[in-house]
Amino acid sequence: MVKLTVDGIEIEVPPGSNVLQACEAAGKEIPRFCYHEKLSVAGNCRMCLVEVKPGPPKPMASCALPVAENMQVFTDTEMVRAGRRGVMEFLLINHPLDCPICDQGGECDLQDQSVAYGSDHSRYHEAKRAVSDKYLGPLVKTVMTRCIQCTRCVRFATEIAGTPELGAVARGEAMEITNYLETTLTSELSGNLIDICPVGALTSRPYAFAARPWELRKTDSIDVFDALGAAIRIDARGNEVLRVLPRPNDDVNESWIADKSRFAIDGLKHRRLDRPWLRVDGRLRPAGWAEAFAAIAARLNGLPGNRISAIVGDQCDAESLLALRDLMRALGGSVDCRQDGAHVSIARREHYLFNTGIAGIEAADAVLLVGTNPRHESPVLNARLRKIWQSGQAHIAAIGPQADLTYEATWLGQDLQALANLAAGTHSHQSVLARARNPAIILGPAALRHPATARLAWQLAGTLDALRPDWHGVNILHTAAARVAALDLGLVPQGGPLAGALHGAADFLYLLAADEFDIAAIAPDTFVVYQGHHGDRAAARADVILPGSAYTEKSGTYTNLEGRVQRGYAAVDPPGDARADWAILRALSDALGQALPYDSLDAVRAALAAANPVFGRLGLAPQPGGSGGEAPAGPAEISSCQFAPLHESYYQTDPISRASPTMAACRAAVTQLPVAAE
Amino acid sequence: MLSDQDRIFTNLYGLHDWGLAGARARGDWDGTAAILARGRDSLIEEVKASGLRGRGGAGFPTGMKWSFMPKTSDGRPSYLVINADESEPGTCKDRDILRHDPHKLIEGALIASFAMGAHTCYIYVRGEFYSEACRLEAAVMQAYDAGLIGRNACGSGFDFDLYVHRGAGAYICGEETALLESLEGKKGMPRLKPPFPAACGLYGCPTTVNNVESIAVVPTILRRGAAWFSTLGRPKNTGTKLFCISGHVNKPCNVEEELGIPLRELIERYCGGVRGGWDNLLAVIPGGSSVPLLPRSVCDTVLMDFDSLRDVQSGLGTAAVIVMDKSTDIIRAIARLAHFYKHESCGQCTPCREGTGWMMRMLDRMVEGRAEPEEIDVLYQVTKKVEGHTICALGDAAAWPIQGLLRHFRPVVEARIAAHQGRLLAAE
Repeated sequence: MVKLTVDGIEIEVPPGSNVLQACEAAGKEIPRFCYHEKLSVAGNCRMCLVEVKPGPPKPMASCALPVAENMQVFTDTEMVRAGRRGVMEFLLINHPLDCPICDQGGECDLQDQSVAYGSDHSRYHEAKRAVSDKYLGPLVKTVMTRCIQCTRCVRFATEIAGTPELGAVARGEAMEITNYLETTLTSELSGNLIDICPVGALTSRPYAFAARPWELRKTDSIDVFDALGAAIRIDARGNEVLRVLPRPNDDVNESWIADKSRFAIDGLKHRRLDRPWLRVDGRLRPAGWAEAFAAIAARLNGLPGNRISAIVGDQCDAESLLALRDLMRALGGSVDCRQDGAHVSIARREHYLFNTGIAGIEAADAVLLVGTNPRHESPVLNARLRKIWQSGQAHIAAIGPQADLTYEATWLGQDLQALANLAAGTHSHQSVLARARNPAIILGPAALRHPATARLAWQLAGTLDALRPDWHGVNILHTAAARVAALDLGLVPQGGPLAGALHGAADFLYLLAADEFDIAAIAPDTFVVYQGHHGDRAAARADVILPGSAYTEKSGTYTNLEGRVQRGYAAVDPPGDARADWAILRALSDALGQALPYDSLDAVRAALAAANPVFGRLGLAPQPGGSGGEAPAGPAEISSCQFAPLHESYYQTDPISRASPTMAACRAAVTQLPVAAE
Repeated sequence: MLSDQDRIFTNLYGLHDWGLAGARARGDWDGTAAILARGRDSLIEEVKASGLRGRGGAGFPTGMKWSFMPKTSDGRPSYLVINADESEPGTCKDRDILRHDPHKLIEGALIASFAMGAHTCYIYVRGEFYSEACRLEAAVMQAYDAGLIGRNACGSGFDFDLYVHRGAGAYICGEETALLESLEGKKGMPRLKPPFPAACGLYGCPTTVNNVESIAVVPTILRRGAAWFSTLGRPKNTGTKLFCISGHVNKPCNVEEELGIPLRELIERYCGGVRGGWDNLLAVIPGGSSVPLLPRSVCDTVLMDFDSLRDVQSGLGTAAVIVMDKSTDIIRAIARLAHFYKHESCGQCTPCREGTGWMMRMLDRMVEGRAEPEEIDVLYQVTKKVEGHTICALGDAAAWPIQGLLRHFRPVVEARIAAHQGRLLAAE
């Protein structure tokens, strides 16, 4: 530890810290524009000036100054104040004073710091600079005259997103940030550019001129568009969700969220189910709750339990999963969560978790991706993989269809045979993995469709000594936010995925917001109840539709892919007659004469914790480390199994994003991009 | 006055053969292997003892700079990078070395690289120096063909490769870390220091960046001895220096002289004096456009070396002496320099990016007198807000000429403004 004083406060910081971090540790606020704790240090805005003794008799940029033993730092001397005032004046001479029409107004670093550290007037009387705006795609809107050239966006795109599409052209005053060709940014993390831009140069195009920050009601929640469980903040005005922003959580999403999580929310306003519907004479017509429940009760009457089945969707909260499970148990039916056809063992919790942990993956020194494109299946996790690749600590290899992952990967093959060869030690890449101390295997949804994948991965991990008490190298990368909670609740019936539900295996099928399976495989005479929030694929097939709530409209518990139980809160009310999903199931259970034993959300949560104690430990991820326990079972033989991507497009993977005009625009924009010639 | 036998650059004017045969006739490449045989530490000590200070402008002791390089490699290679991006207005000394005496530079590159344990050296040549780069390339090829560089250079057992790299014409790429960025293929923007290049330079490896002239004088120093070099010049400002005298003199020229020669003697002996006589002198910029100008009164007595010029609030810089006689519109002259710095600011740091344009626009108005008298103080304050607030020294370089103007010629600016306001009143 290095000992130094900041304004007389003695403080110890780790060696290698910079003075800005030391000042923050001492509780001193240091203004900054270019410095961002997750990005490399540029040191160009010159706002974070401090005075340092011993040192030159001029203010120093604290972000670029390493701490030294016995350094004395002064953050509020006349020299420092004058320096910051000068920088503020320089920044404002060419910055348009258009705050009243700027979307950043009210949450603008330049605005705030100008008030705190600037002067009350400008002495600049010359003509101001104007810069033409750049087209960056349907998500990021630019007003480049406002740009203060801090290069945070350039560094984010290059370092974090791994899509080095932004840069600066020209020199001096004429320097402009641009993507030069003015085509759509290809990053799935591009929305974060809006957050890191300290001024109104990069703002949200879908949110343009929608609201002022002080009008918004802010609600903490958890993202459901992938299984990462990113911490988000939902900003709403009235009963309308206007935007979603990331909350910093270094254990999960650092400071980022993916574009779908941020921008798909306009899908919440389209194709909503806001009242119950009933199919009469082959046509759906509006109905009342009692009428709909009666229709369900009539169909269930006398039906044996083995003909009753349910499928849960990818974005469900654990509370509604529990209610559905309990209701189905009472009826004697089964519930399946494996919409995507994944073969997962629930014999042990480590069989279906991302066992290194999300932050823990940063300790890996070799990574093997099997049947996954993490760039699409969890873009924020992919940024972590890119981080360990970029630091040079980890070699990354992949099995599956080749894709641009934003980092280099060695492609070992297209199908399961490559994994089998690695497990058998007959693959040339095996030696690379064997040299690693902390190898990590990541199994994606495409790989899990084959029943032998998990067994082979464990076998390989065993040969690599990756199942140690201090390192568990087998990771399941789920894509469904509801999946781990569903597995924790044991929603995996006997037989293959969905075997008990489709192709006439069930006479009664209850779909809890489940749309991501082959709807056509439901037998024609199966009675289908769809409870969900969007009139998507499955609702069109339903005989009864019950309007549920989207994730923004209910307080819910979600377990992310590493097994961390997190809770989101309702930001707005569900539309029309729609209700919280667990409450609908509770009401239905009454109508069926099988009343569920809970009447309040608290009671449901108590029942959740009773069903599986992990739900009682909010916020915590399991400690990493292999138990040395048995491997998941799987067939001995492997037939050729190609790994095909799960979805055609990153932007449309679920009912909400399919209803979102913004996501449709993104998909169209990305497909129109010129493809680089080989 | 420097005697002819003490001159290092004996083909400064290109009167003789630039090639290898001519260079050998002038004594270059003589006993290079024996010099290398003295060993790394001995060479660095000798250069330290000579008192050689960097000729690129800052005047940092060259031997000390070399001693910052790691003695044993941690696995990374070391590099020598020679800064031939000579772009400072008024300066044209490196150009003449490149085209008339390239073998001095190449031999110096070998010796300096050996002293620092660098097996690779890059020479970054200013983009506009097309012919010079071709000449240098040709000389490098001659040296390779003669076995002077390459594998087992000069039979010393030391492997040494030399690459010539052409810039693309940005002044900022003459700043050592911007030069490294440019050499790596990136936008030429100065890096934050620390880490300094000696720890983490080109491609993240230990690197020393030296000026062409600093390197080119090294072989002669080592052949004739540090004692000889240090007797020339003045204490702490030893040796000879190429001076580039331009502007309102009768015969502008490059000349090699001892450091510490009086400015007046330099101009009158080599340049035929100031146009219209010494009394017609208005001001001199003594070290390239970046340093503050000197008024006539200082020019009478000042000596041309690092410390003497620093004492009169200017600097030796690259020793590019720009002479201005009384026909000069001094405000316009400095405004022209402000245009240059505005154009060449890399745009990275806020004070320099925004300040250079602001200063230029104010000065432009002051040239015509279109300003308020208070704005002179505003201009001065802006220069003070730019100076010392930036990553590299370009901010300082943009501020200093203006500070020099305001320090020595403020009455001229005030009179210009008053005259303009008088015209306005008369027009009403």
